[in-house]
Amino acid sequence: MKTSYTISEKILLAHTDKKDIAPGEFIEAKIDLCLGNDITAPLAIEEFKKVGFKKVFDNKKVVLVPDHFAPAKDLRSANQCKILADFAKQQKIKNYFEVGWMGIEHALLPEQKLVLPGDLVIGADSHTCTYGALGCYATGVGSTDLARAFIDGKCWFKVPKSIKFIYKGKLKKWVGGKDLILYTIGQIGVDGALYCAMEFTGEVINKLPMDDRFAMSNMAIEAGGRAGLIEPDGITLKYIKPAPRKFKVYKSDKDALYDKVYEWDVSRLEPLVACPHLPSNVKPASELGNITLDQVVIGSCTNGRISDLRIAAKILNGKKIKSGLRLIVIPATQKIYLEAVREGLAEIFVKADGVFSTPTCGPCLGGHMGILTEGETCLATTNRNFIGRMGHPKSFVYLSSPAVAAASAIKGKITHPQEL
Amino acid sequence: MIIKGKVHKFGNDINTDDIIAAKYLVSTDAKELGSHCMETIQPDFAKTVQGGDIIIAGKNFGCGSSREHAPLAIKGCGIKAVIAKSFAGIFFRNAINIGLPFLESEDVDKICDDDLLEIDLSGGIIKNLSKNETYKSQPFPEFLQGIVKAGSLINYVVKRKRK
Repeated sequence: MKTSYTISEKILLAHTDKKDIAPGEFIEAKIDLCLGNDITAPLAIEEFKKVGFKKVFDNKKVVLVPDHFAPAKDLRSANQCKILADFAKQQKIKNYFEVGWMGIEHALLPEQKLVLPGDLVIGADSHTCTYGALGCYATGVGSTDLARAFIDGKCWFKVPKSIKFIYKGKLKKWVGGKDLILYTIGQIGVDGALYCAMEFTGEVINKLPMDDRFAMSNMAIEAGGRAGLIEPDGITLKYIKPAPRKFKVYKSDKDALYDKVYEWDVSRLEPLVACPHLPSNVKPASELGNITLDQVVIGSCTNGRISDLRIAAKILNGKKIKSGLRLIVIPATQKIYLEAVREGLAEIFVKADGVFSTPTCGPCLGGHMGILTEGETCLATTNRNFIGRMGHPKSFVYLSSPAVAAASAIKGKITHPQEL
Repeated sequence: MIIKGKVHKFGNDINTDDIIAAKYLVSTDAKELGSHCMETIQPDFAKTVQGGDIIIAGKNFGCGSSREHAPLAIKGCGIKAVIAKSFAGIFFRNAINIGLPFLESEDVDKICDDDLLEIDLSGGIIKNLSKNETYKSQPFPEFLQGIVKAGSLINYVVKRKRK
């Protein structure tokens, strides 16, 4: 019998009635929470109803968030949102977040303390891996997986191998979680962690604020990772305080087995940008000064949190964006929106000639609120830059941190914030 | 189950935005989704597919979003199976869960656009009738075969629950 485990293996094991667990093994486990949105939940609800089930396994463990095409961008999106609203009402699902309460799911769930350390969470959205930053095992699944979870509160998993990332040194000014994860994906490639759990560790992570940790775990999927975990520490426990329910802190055993271990000194790391059309196509921002921009988007489940808006506002304060460029700032939740208004950040964005929007995933996936037309170039703090991701197949998406995005909006071309 | 059809070949890292763009995710209808399959990277793709055709791709097929609309669109446009070097995690789950036949094989490099293939899904044997070659694929683990045999994850769960 195996005696040492990684944090991922420990959490998965704790949610089964098995005595032992090993990478590669298929298991069925009880989940603590399942999530769906206005794109993925309608398909799950349809499947659930088709086979004649009347009640979800536990209406306190189901979360529905209409955030992708909401507030509804057109009639068909309105229909999809209504499917969620009706199902939530019928099933008495308390954690249904109507517009007004709605935020981008992966910022909203941690903020509402619906996910806690040690939890096993599935979400019919690929960026569900975000919650790994809290030391839970959270992973993206499909609509049928969600429908199945509605039925019996279970999900099948292939126990992943784990890859450990150790970040050493001290980060330079203007470098944060987004740069760390872009660096990581650039090093290992978009399938460098295929079907693996990524574990982010080291002295740099130990000092990294919670919002930066979320940005890192969020993009684990962009390296093919099933999850991206950070062991809970003082920063985690402070973030979840006061916790609304019991939770358990798991840590990897010192002699746990990893498929690979990467160790990097990141002291000299520069702000990075992922160039079209893959998140792994990473270059230093300082080398991309010839890329002129039509649009800058600051927001998303990766970088729409309050510290992201604060750093962008600090750079934009008292300045104007480049004439002819569009700046779209989207706080990820209503709470963040209010904080941004109270702290004067919203005013800074608007006075800089940017727009300040209600929470939505909108432009990140080419949904609404900032679609690109043929030939246009956008720098976004989002997570994907695939062909046509934000609109026209012949448009171009670059990915960066909020600091680089704000500086670039002022200059109209990709800019290292220190150039200002 | 035997599948026989013409090859449509793609490269590495074909993502779910390539397979079905987000603007079409206002539908859950496989036929409608299928009519836009691969549109971003091959605008006429859906029109060129004949029932029974097969997608061949490199590594990390289906990376990106969790949208189950991606395997649904592939099914909906008439593609009967996908063979790739490797599949992204969520696409892999979704294909198993909705019963889209797929195989993992290192031999995809030997297969060309428009080749005629005959696949024996249960044995995982791929015959290239155009080149008179035979390739092997990774067998499915026993657990997954249970879901595949039931036709879908929901059927599998429902059958067990009603036993």
